Order: sequence, then C-alpha cells, then structure tokens
Amino acid sequence: MSTIQRDMSLTGDPKSINTQQKIASALGLTGFAILMAALFNVNFPNKTLWLTISLVAMGTGIVWFARAAYVHKHAGIKNDGVYFKSISSRGLWAYLIGIALTLFYVALYWFPQYLGVVKDGDNTGVVALFDPLSKFLSGNPASQWFLYGTLYTLAILSFGIKFIYKYRHNKYEIIRTISVMFFQLSLAFIIPEILVRLNQPYYDFKNIWPLNYELFAGYKIDEFLSAGDVGLIMLIFGILSIFVITPILTYKYGKRWYCSWVCGCGGLAETAGDPFRHLSDKSQAAWKIERWVVHSVVVFVTVMTTAVVFSYLKGNESQQISEWSQLENKVIFMSDAEGKPIGERILAAQKAGAKGVVFINEDPTKQPPNIEATEGITIDYAIVSESENAQALKNIENGKGAVLLNDYPNGPNFSIAEKQETVFYDNLWLSKDVFIWFVIILLTLVFGWVMLFKRKELAKDATYGAIGYFVVVISILLFTYFSSPGKLFFFDAYQLRKTYGFVIGAMFSGVIGVGFYPIFGSRVWCRFGCPMAAILGFQQRLFSKFRITTNGGQCISCGNCSTYCEMGIDVRAYAQKGENIVRSSCVGCGICSAVCPRGVLKLENDGMNGRIDSNEILLGNDVNLMDLVNRK
Amino acid sequence: MEHIVIIGNGIAGITAARHIRKLSDKKITIISAETEYFFSRTALMYVYMGHMKWNHLEPYESWFWEKNRLDLKKGFVEKIDTETKTLFFKEGDTLRYDKLVLATGSTTNTFGWEGLDLKGVLGLVSKQDLESLEQYAPNNLECPRAVIVGGGLIGVELAEMLRTRNIEVTFLVREKGFWTGVLPNPEAEMISRHIQSHGVDLRHETNLDKILGDADGNVRAVVTKEGEEIPCSIVGITTGVKPNIAFLQDSKIETDKGVLVNRNLETNIPGIFAIGDCAQQREPIGYRPAVEAVWYTGRMMGEVLAQTLCGNNMEYNPGHWFNSAKFFDIEYQTYGWVHSKRKLKDHEAQFHWKCESDQRCVTISFHKDTNVFLGINTFGIRMRHEVIDRWLTEKRSIDYVIEHLKEANFDPEFYKKYEPEICSAYTNQQTITA
Repeated sequence: MSTIQRDMSLTGDPKSINTQQKIASALGLTGFAILMAALFNVNFPNKTLWLTISLVAMGTGIVWFARAAYVHKHAGIKNDGVYFKSISSRGLWAYLIGIALTLFYVALYWFPQYLGVVKDGDNTGVVALFDPLSKFLSGNPASQWFLYGTLYTLAILSFGIKFIYKYRHNKYEIIRTISVMFFQLSLAFIIPEILVRLNQPYYDFKNIWPLNYELFAGYKIDEFLSAGDVGLIMLIFGILSIFVITPILTYKYGKRWYCSWVCGCGGLAETAGDPFRHLSDKSQAAWKIERWVVHSVVVFVTVMTTAVVFSYLKGNESQQISEWSQLENKVIFMSDAEGKPIGERILAAQKAGAKGVVFINEDPTKQPPNIEATEGITIDYAIVSESENAQALKNIENGKGAVLLNDYPNGPNFSIAEKQETVFYDNLWLSKDVFIWFVIILLTLVFGWVMLFKRKELAKDATYGAIGYFVVVISILLFTYFSSPGKLFFFDAYQLRKTYGFVIGAMFSGVIGVGFYPIFGSRVWCRFGCPMAAILGFQQRLFSKFRITTNGGQCISCGNCSTYCEMGIDVRAYAQKGENIVRSSCVGCGICSAVCPRGVLKLENDGMNGRIDSNEILLGNDVNLMDLVNRK
Repeated sequence: MEHIVIIGNGIAGITAARHIRKLSDKKITIISAETEYFFSRTALMYVYMGHMKWNHLEPYESWFWEKNRLDLKKGFVEKIDTETKTLFFKEGDTLRYDKLVLATGSTTNTFGWEGLDLKGVLGLVSKQDLESLEQYAPNNLECPRAVIVGGGLIGVELAEMLRTRNIEVTFLVREKGFWTGVLPNPEAEMISRHIQSHGVDLRHETNLDKILGDADGNVRAVVTKEGEEIPCSIVGITTGVKPNIAFLQDSKIETDKGVLVNRNLETNIPGIFAIGDCAQQREPIGYRPAVEAVWYTGRMMGEVLAQTLCGNNMEYNPGHWFNSAKFFDIEYQTYGWVHSKRKLKDHEAQFHWKCESDQRCVTISFHKDTNVFLGINTFGIRMRHEVIDRWLTEKRSIDYVIEHLKEANFDPEFYKKYEPEICSAYTNQQTITA
C-alpha cells in the first residue's frame, strides 16, 4: 500500500476545486457582496475605498482562481470535466447564473432606477458606488452604463488572464487575448470617458456600424458636427471604418481581426464566456435558423439606418420647416433656393415661432433670389451674401453677436444679438436624394457582383434569400424616393430606430446574448444577431484570404473541434472530408485548432485559389483513386 | 436492386457505405451490435475525461442515415451461411444479402493471463468497455489505483483518462521505453519521461504474471513476473488489438489472424469482402503489417471497396504511410517510415533532434547511400501532410527536406519555429560524422 499516494485535497472527482481555488472564490464573492450590499442601499461611507476593494477583490479572486486551477498542471488542453460540472453543462448553477445575468440586463436596460440611477438627482445604490471612478475619468457622476462598462472591462481583463493561463501553450490565443483586453480597456472604456472630460463626443473608435447602430442617429451626427474638427474626424473615421478599413482587413485576415481580436462582444465571449463555448448548438437546423435570423438583422439595420439618415437629411432641408418645427425665438438660416418658395418657408418658420430668417446666398456670382409670397410675414428676414459676411457668420456660429449686410443694396441689415439661438438649414453637403441613390447603387453593386461572380458559391436557399431581400429593400428605397416628400418609408425613422434598439440592441445582444451564456453558449449574439458579424462573414465567405486548412487525411472525426466551436460550426464535417473550413460565421478564435489532438486544423491567410478544396478521397490513399474521384 | 450488407458501423464500414451511396442506388444495410450510430472510436477517451458527451462522438446527425437511405440494424451476427447468403442473428432473425462486407473491427488482445475474467479487467476498444470503466473506476475512492498492462497507444490513453480523475496509475511496459516496438529509442524515452511527469507510475521491463481477485470476483491486485504484488481496483489490458472475427469460426470464410483478403479486399468467397481492422492481407503491402488496425487504413479500405462494389474494380493500394496520436500533451505525427531500433532496415539512417524543453523532437529517416528522404516522426510540432507526402513521392534528399522543413510546418500562427535549430543541429551533426 505504500505506493499509493493520495492527495487528500482531491476527491478524485474532476469537478472538485482545490483549497486555493476555494479561498480565491471566497475573495471574489466578497468583492461581489460589496456590490450587492450597495445594490440594496447600504450606504458606504468612503465610496472610493469600497469600490476599489470590491473591484480588486473580484479581479484578484478570478485571477487567483485561474492560477490555482492551471499553473500547477502541464501546459495543454484543459477541458477535463467540462461536461461533469454543473456550471458548464447546463446544470443548476448554469441556470442560476443565467437567471441572475438576465435580471441584471433587464434592470440595466429598462429599470436602471433599481440600480440606483436617480432622475435629476444624485445617484444612490450600486451606481453611486461607481461615482468616484466615473468622476475621476470623465468628471461626471456614474450612469448605469458606466457601471456596466466597468464590470464588463473587469470581466474581460480578469477572465482574459484566466484564458491566458488556460491556453498558455498557445501563442495565438495569448496574443489574441491580450489584443481584446487592450481594445476593451483603452478604446471601449477609458478613451471615451476621457473624450467626454475634454468636451468631445463620446466615441468608441472600434465600435463600427452596424454593430454601433446609433452611429448615424441624428443626435449623434449633430454631436459630431458640433464638435468641430475632432467630431468631423470621428465621423469620417466611422465611415472609413465601414467602407475602407473593414473590407481591407477582412480580405487579408478574415473577420477574426474584428470578432476575436478587437470587438468588445467578442472579447467578453472569448474570456468570461470561454467556459460556455461548447454549449453552442451544432445541428444543421441551428445553422439554417442562424442564416435567416442574422441576415434579417442585417436587412433590418440597413433599412433602419438608411431611414434614420434619410430623415436627418430631410430634416435639414429648409423646405421641410413646418409649424411643428419648434423654432421658438430662434433665428433661422437657410441657403437652398430650389423648391418651395422662400416666402412660404419664412412663413412656416414664423408659425413655428422663429424670431427671424436669414437666407444665405452662397454663390457670389448669382443674383440673390427674389422673395415672393411675402404676405403675412411679420418677422424680420434678409438675404445676405455668404462671401461678404464670412466673418459675421463665423461669429454667429460661435455664439457672438453680429450684423449681417443685406445683399440688396437698399435692404436693411440684420442684427443678431450675443447668445441668440440659431438653427442652420441646408448646410449639409449631402442631400437626401444623393444619399438614397448612393445606398441603392451600393446595394445593387454588391448584389450584382455576388450574383455574377459568386453565385455558384451560394447555396440555393441563400440565393433565393438574397434575391428576395434585395428586391424588398430596393423597392422600399425606390418607393421612398418617388413617393411624395411627406412619406418616409412606411415607418417613422425614429420609431424604427427605437424598435431596433429595443429588440436587437437590448433584448438580443444583452439579455439573450450574455444572459444566456450558460445555456446557449457564449456567441449567441455574434452568431444569430450581430449584423456586423454577418457583413464581415459575408465578405469572409466570398472574398477573403482566410480559411482553416485541413491537414490532408489526418482527421479522426473525434469531434473536439465541433464541440468546442463557439459559433456552432460543425468543423469536423469539413475536416473529415478533407475540406478547408470557409464559413461566414467563423470568428477565427483558433480553439478548434488548439483542441485538435492530431494537428489537423490551421488558421491561415493564403491565396484565394483553391481555398475550399473539397476532397472525396483523402490524402494517403491510392493516388489513382484520388485523381479519379477528386477530379471534377 | 442489389442488397449490400455491411457488418460493423465503424469507420471502415461507414466509409464504404457512404461511398457506395454516392456512386449507386443499391440497398445498403449496416449492422452493429455495439451502438445504434457510427461514432469515433478514437475519441472514446474524451467522454470519460468529460471533454465531450457521447453524442459529440457521432459525426453525423441521426437524420443523415435515413436521408441517405442507409438502413441501420442493431443486432449481433452469430452465423453466416455463405451458400444461401444469409446472416443469422443472436436475436433469432435472419437477413439475406447479395454482397457482404465484413468490417467488424478489433477486440482487445490478451495473453491468457490468470484472472482475466475478474470484474474490473477491461480493455478500451468498445462502447461497452467505456461503460465498464465508468462502472469500475468512477473516481479515486472506488478505484484508488489502476494497473495498465501494455505500452501502446491505448495504454497511454487509458492512463491519461484515469489521471483526470486522480486515480493512481501503475503502467506496466515490457520494453525499456514506451512503445519502443514502433518508436526510435530517443523518442520513446522522451515520451516515457512525459508520461511519468503526469504522475504515472511507469514500470519499464515489467510483465504481468497474473491478476488476483477478491471473494466477490473483483480485481484485488496484480502480480508481476518479477514477483511484486500491486494492489489495484481495475486492470486495463492494452496489449494491442486483434481482429474481431470469432463469429466466423464455423463459416467457410478463410481466416488467419484476420479475415484473409486479396488486394481487391475480397475473401475466398466471391461477393464477401473484408475491410478495416478485421481484414488481413494475404501478402503484406510494403512495410505495412498484414493486419492494419488504424483509423486511416480502415477509411481508405472503405473508399476503395466502394469503387469495386460499384463496378470500378480497384485494388487496395495505399499511398505513403501516415499516422498520428497524442501522448498526454504531446502530439505525434508520422509520415513515411521511421523504424524503431528493433525494426530498423539495413539501408535506413536516422537524424534525430530534440528540443531542450523535452517536449518536442523530430526524427528523419533517410537512405544511407542515396540520402533519399524515407520518413519523419514529429513530436510537439505539427507537419503538413500534403507537403511531406509530396516530398516522399518526389524522393527528395534529406538535405532538401531539412532545408525546406519550414514549408511543411503546420503549427498555429505565432508559434515558435524550431526549423533553424533543427537545421543547425543537422549541419553540426554532419560535421561531426564527416
């Protein structure tokens, strides 16, 4: 019996945890308990201290737990007991955590008052606990979103370290994880807060449309435009991200550059969500649902965004001024001479309560337009030349007073007092017509390219789906364009954005996306809901150098790759027939390659030719047979 | 419509069935007594380790079989009447076939030790083996120690499995190093050290004498030929596998170790074929053993036989040998022929490199006189099958292989590259021997 050495701390049950892990758990839970106490309105005297204790305790607890779990073991795959543990195999713990997370998201989106957000007053509860940190960063008190952002970042950082311990033999995983940790901490968390402190728009540079569906919301564009050069740079960067940066990087590296290296949703899924990655549904039925749902979201977000921008551009036209425009005591500037008579516009502004109207004549070579239909106008108005009044206009924009010279030799000059509220119309370089045609042409080009050059790569249902959606979207856009100016799609743009925000932004990405981690796996949102992932995936499938290469005939169909694919891709189905994996949904996390016991899978960027290469007969067999069967 | 019956739903039988379906409309029935659906036998270990559940081992969803009109029948064939082309099942029913494919795989190979019938003596080949392991070794309270007999691929897997439940493992290996019958010594020794580093009590040059039981018929201990008694609750028998052909004893099908087949994989009875682990080539092909009990060869035989059965008569003519395995954390791949010390060919020379970490090594074998590249073993470094296969076909020199080794690297991105180290080791060695 002397040869039997039994470690008394271990029961032999692979799901048991060791003493250090127990202490670490206790430490982490202590930190969490402070948050819970604050939630139930325990008023901590020194918030800075208690918040620090809480965050440090939780972070240290997680990191220590991970250290104790992995460091004394050999470097290598650490999936022992995954399907025996309640938390990672949809047991009781999984459901409890799922419910807790879901409740948190519900409170976050719809009942922030329970977290301690007070309208027009000082924060209370757990949000108040975060005030010191928020004030330190942005100068403002915390909101429920600041609390969320802080915990989110803490989760990515601490579980990121856990992930690095777990995969410490795998350099791809280490570098990738450091990348998501960096982008979350800097671009998503700290920099936007500092921008706010510097009186600049809140902007997360890596949050690209359509994931960031609010980017082109009217209030956001106003915010950018009123922030001068910095705002303009942000807006331009946002647009470049969509049309230039994203396509280039996706072509070169596949969508992984974003989804598992940069993105915050991906960051959380890859770190805190890692213990749940295997819970994604691998069935073919799930795949079919995925394709319809995620592409419908793309259509939804495209229509919604087009509507929002369209309505913003329309709202900028002086022709659209009506008695409901809410212009009380404001001075109105307009410059578009086409369309509705200027006199009528002035009258409309008057009905909306405007104090006066200035028409800016932008072209010095042109005669100033005549104002007709002046009957009933009682407010002051003038037509001024832009070139003659350049300095005065600039002063007005900066809130100073100025006198504008009337373009008519005998007309009275127009005085504007200091701090007079003004509204500028017709000052965007983009008109609603140009915009709508831009969208129509862009969509047509993409659709045409796919149908002409890539049609054979699409499954039959994908082709039907694409044609169907294309026809619907283009009809809506054309209808909008040709219908009377009052119509705006069939829906109100604002309502459309609100609906999208509620259904997709809150319900899908938040409640289902994260709340259901322990039930459906960590990438439910990325797989079924994220329009950004769908667009990147579309490009990845059709126009990218990225693929997962299958290594000749080495696959043994063991199923580790499919099981641990967080996106629910049946990787084995491809590997066992010697076919490279080129799938829209693949986020390039690299775990299939890591868990493969036979070295079959490798993430690669290589030429476009022979990227898929399906083989009926795998390498290793009779060369004549391979030639015979694989030649097609 | 011709009725093709396949006995065995492993990789060989299922591959044959899939390819026959692709090529034809024949009626296909697949019989198994083991499981309802095809599963990956090589992945049995991951279920016990908790990496996967049973359904993850099944490469095809259950709708696949009906959709492809592959009839599945669960039953145990007891007797084959080759005259009337009829199968007789243990359950009492019968089935007629037009063509019969035997793909019955392997069972655990034993050496007639005393005590083999005790409860807790098991192999690791079938689903039933996995179930008995779960029954007799659920944790280290019920099973504080296990003894594994036989240093091969299944033995090391079983050791890894048991260690995940913190069960002490004594691993009896007849040779001086792990799997020295196949691996060159430096590699075998490195793997032995790795196995020991996982807390396995690895006993080289130790042989099983008998297994002792208690009053209830459970395993109590083993006694080694060297005279030591080792208490244990289970005994894993992993001394290789043998063709699973006991049910053919009274049939007219000719057998030796396995079912004897010609190069067309046909037995002595026309219309009856054998593929996979249960088949034995009358003449071994190249350096290949007559019975090839490997996943890949099973699949390849299935691919070939489907052609023959669908009118395109084809010999089993495999390409360059390859195989792979994983020993705890160290992955192993082999291409071409790298022989162990015992089986080393006269013309074969080997270059060996080992990483300082003791976790990686490479052996390249080449022709002593012509320098032609003959094969490569890699541990801890993944290789690209296609590239190595091409080099073997092109009969590249070892110098060429060493120089271009990085082209064959298949490790994930950002992994440290060892080719410069390997290359300089090769150059230095040449200067020494020159």
